[in-house]
Parts: sequence; structure tokens; C-alpha cells
Amino acid sequence: MMRLSWFNVVSLTLGFAFLYLPMLILITYSFNESRLVTVWAGFSTRWYGELFQNEAFLDAAWVTLKVAVFSSTLATVLGTMAAYVLVRGGRFAGRTLFSGMIYAPLVMPEVITGLSLLLLFIGIGLDRGVLTIVLAHTTFSMCYVSVVVSSRLVTFDRSLEEAALDLGCSPLEAFRLVTLPIIAPAVISGWLLAFTLSLDDLVIASFTAGPAATTLPIKIFSAVRLGVSPEINALSTILIGIVALGVISASLVSKRNAIRQQREERAAERTT
Amino acid sequence: MRKAALIIVPYLWLLALFLIPFAIVFKIALSDIALARPPYMPQFSWDEGIWALIGQLDFENFVFLTTDDLYWRAYLSSLRIAFLSTLLALAVGYPIAYAMARAPEEWRPTLMMLVILPFWTSFLIRVYAWMGILSNEGFLNQFLIGLGLIDTPLTILNTNTAVYIGIVYTYLPFMILPIYAALDRLDGSLIEAAEDLGCSRLQAFWLVTVPLSKNGIVAGCFLVFIPALGEFVIPSLLGGSGTLMIGKVLWEEFFSNRDWPVASAVAIVLLLILVIPIVLFQRNQQRVSEE
Repeated sequence: MMRLSWFNVVSLTLGFAFLYLPMLILITYSFNESRLVTVWAGFSTRWYGELFQNEAFLDAAWVTLKVAVFSSTLATVLGTMAAYVLVRGGRFAGRTLFSGMIYAPLVMPEVITGLSLLLLFIGIGLDRGVLTIVLAHTTFSMCYVSVVVSSRLVTFDRSLEEAALDLGCSPLEAFRLVTLPIIAPAVISGWLLAFTLSLDDLVIASFTAGPAATTLPIKIFSAVRLGVSPEINALSTILIGIVALGVISASLVSKRNAIRQQREERAAERTT
Repeated sequence: MRKAALIIVPYLWLLALFLIPFAIVFKIALSDIALARPPYMPQFSWDEGIWALIGQLDFENFVFLTTDDLYWRAYLSSLRIAFLSTLLALAVGYPIAYAMARAPEEWRPTLMMLVILPFWTSFLIRVYAWMGILSNEGFLNQFLIGLGLIDTPLTILNTNTAVYIGIVYTYLPFMILPIYAALDRLDGSLIEAAEDLGCSRLQAFWLVTVPLSKNGIVAGCFLVFIPALGEFVIPSLLGGSGTLMIGKVLWEEFFSNRDWPVASAVAIVLLLILVIPIVLFQRNQQRVSEE
């Protein structure tokens, strides 16, 4: 086993302290009794109570969740299709333009994407609301999904699909029975990525949300501009908790699968 | 037939919601300020033919950008802030990536998770966390006063320093991961060979490790620089009124001044500035994948 030098230990410690201390401070002070955010006045959960009575936040949270579920599902379908076309599709007219449009939104500043979509929605007379945010989020997150899925598609053996076709599968059956199970982990992580991107997005949602629908980041942003508030600390803690729980359980599941796979491989070795 | 259907759906989606919106931004940027007044309908008049349309184009918004020095100062200051924070992120991120690649094999997935986890938590909230740390009565000042290092609180929030801290903090995972990937692949025997041949550890680091992780460094720098250039959230929460970044200017032009043609022109110029780093980045990625 390699031993870490003192230099490496120091850089890891400082690095992770830098990454995690701000969030730990935030979480700690969400349980602070005092209204003054930086003065500790004893443990209390009163800000959580006040948060759950704040209708505006609850409504915005509901809108955000709806938008995230719809847009990430739509983005996963479209992004997987796009990845499949790019990796397996061969040549077709306008391929360069297509792959350009897939990768461009990844590097586009959000202010520009938001601005252009807003001008489109106004141009075609579409009222801004939940629908327009879903359309906007689907457009930028399908690109992330297709990048994740195509990296998986590139690495797996094409002959598996061809074997299924030779054995009498229709192309759709081959996709459903062979391709999809193999790329499933990428599709799922693509969906999760699209989901968090949608939950997180402030700038594009600000452009494409009308007065009828406000998302949680927009609400948080306007509250935060007025200064640090204990209620936002509580809300942030809940959001951080949800993400941590999700990521930890996902990694536990994948770890268990890896162990099971190892065990099966060992069993297979023994039988041969 | 089936293949055509598979192509057409995402293709049309991107055309309708990515390319056409862009054409509209171009059109509005090139229209008369008076013509593009509320209700801000894009001024399309195809019926008079393409030449008449081109004849209507008006470059006065772009000329306007050159006359007011606010805009080019904002572009320059965005470039400077993005450039410096990229260097800072490299200085902070490289040692972390290096130590991760040197850690025992069984730790590495966990360390990697710890780097990715902040990326999954809300960007807005991570920026917000720094507001509480950097303010005058914030934790950093309390801490420094408590240590007796300073007597009066330092003003950090609402300055460019806070913007640098914010950008480095939020984009650090983008810097660490590609460098880690490059260092992880690096063959340890090369360093041993260099040391056997008489290099000191520092020399071996400079002459072997750094050149071999060059691709990771370049990728990480672009991944921080490109989004930092158009940044809006960080300068508007951590930066003060003196912080000038083009994303913020565009936002204010659009929402506060309601001058949509000028906002569109600002967006087009920002895009043109971004084309260079994006093309360079793609070339680099292509070269890496060919290797």
C-alpha cells in the first residue's frame, strides 16, 4: 500500500475543508435560535417551522419539482435518441449541424440561452409559465443526457445488437432487450443529472418563467439579494440533505451491485 | 424509415428551441431600437424577400456598444476575472488532484465522490453560503479577529475578491476531475525512472508529472474559464456595484433597462468572444481522444 506524504495529506485536508466547511457552517447555523445569522444563540428548529408555513416557498418548491420531473424525463428520452443517432446512426444529411447543436448548449452561457428562448416564446406568442420552463430545461439538459449516454454507447460491443438482430429480433426489440439494459446505468444517471440541473437552474428559469409560475431558485435568489436570512439557511439544509441522501443511497446500490457481480464472477470461475 | 423517425424528433426539437431562438437574437440585435420597442415582437417580414430583410438590418446597436465604454470595460473585466480565477482554481485544484491520484487505490472512489458531491448540490446555495462567511460580521472576520490577526473587519463581500473566491469554489470540481483523470493514468515507473536518473523529486515533478498531465490541466482550465466568462449569479451575489461582468450587464440591460436590442447585441458579442476558447477546447479534446 502506498503511503501518503505529508504534503498530500495537507492538500487533501485543506482542499476538502475548503469544499465542505461553507456548507457545514450553513447547516449548523440553520439550527440557530437567533435572527442574526452570525450570532449563535442556542439550538432551535424554529426556522424550519417558519419555512413550512411560508406558502410562497412551498408553491415554488412544487412548481420546481413538477418542472424537474417533466423536463428530465423528456430530456432523457430525447437525449437517448440523440445519442443513439450520433453513435449508431451512421451518416445522414445535416449530421454536423446536429452534433453541433447537441454540444453547443453545454458551453453556452445561461444568460444567452435564457434570452434567446424568451425571445422565441414571445415571438410565437406562448404565455410564459410551467410549460415554457419545461421546454427550456428539456432543451439544455437533453444535451447533458446525450453526452452521458453516448459515452456508454461508444464503449459497448455492437455485435451484441447484431446478434440479437440475427436471432430474429426486430430493431425495436433488439434495442429494448439488449441495448437498453446495457446502457441503463447511463440513462439513469443522465436522468438524475437532468433532474438536478433543472432543480438548480436560476438564470434560464428567470427568463422563461412568467408571473404565473416561479421556481424555488428564483424565490431564493430574490430573498438572498436582501441579505442572509435564517429561513434560507433552513431551506438550504433541506436541499443539501436531499442531495446527500440521494447520492449516498445511489452509491451504496452501485457498490452492492459491484460486490454481487464480483461474487458471481468468482462462482463462475469455480465452476469452469 | 425508423431511423429517420429517430433522427427527426431530437433534430426538430433542437432546431426549434436552439437554432431558431438564436436567429431571433441576431435579428433583434440588428434591428432598429424604435422598431423593436414593446411588445417586442421579432420584426420578421419575409414577404418582401430576403434582400429587403437584409436592407432593414441595422448595426446601430453594435455601434452603440462601442460608444459607451461601460460595455467594453465589462467585457475586459469579465475576461480578466475569468482568467485570474482559472489560474487560482488551477493553483488550488492541482494539489488536490495530485494527492487524490497518490492516495491508496481503495480510497480513490470515495475521494472522487467527495469532489463530485458539491457539484450535485445547488450552485445558488453554495454561492449563498459564502455570503455568510465573507460579510463584515461574517465567520471569516470573526475568526481572524478571534485569532488577533486583525482589529477591524476586512471588507471582502461586495468586492472582486469575493467574486474570485466564489468562482474558484463553485468551479473547483471541474478543475480537479480532468487533472485527476490525467494523473491517475500516469505511469508511476516514469517518475521512479527520472529519480533513478538523478532528478530530485521536484525536478521529476516539473519534468515528468506536469507535462504528462498537461491535457488534464488544459481541459480543466477551459471547463472553468468558459462558464466563468458569462457568469451572472456569482458577481450579482458576491460582487459589489463595482464588479463589472458581462453576464450581469446583459441581465440588467434586459430586465432593468428593458433595452432588448442592446441586450441581444451584448449577447452576440459575448458569443463571439466565447467562440475562440470553445474552438480551442474542442481541438484539444479531439487531440486527446486521438492519442
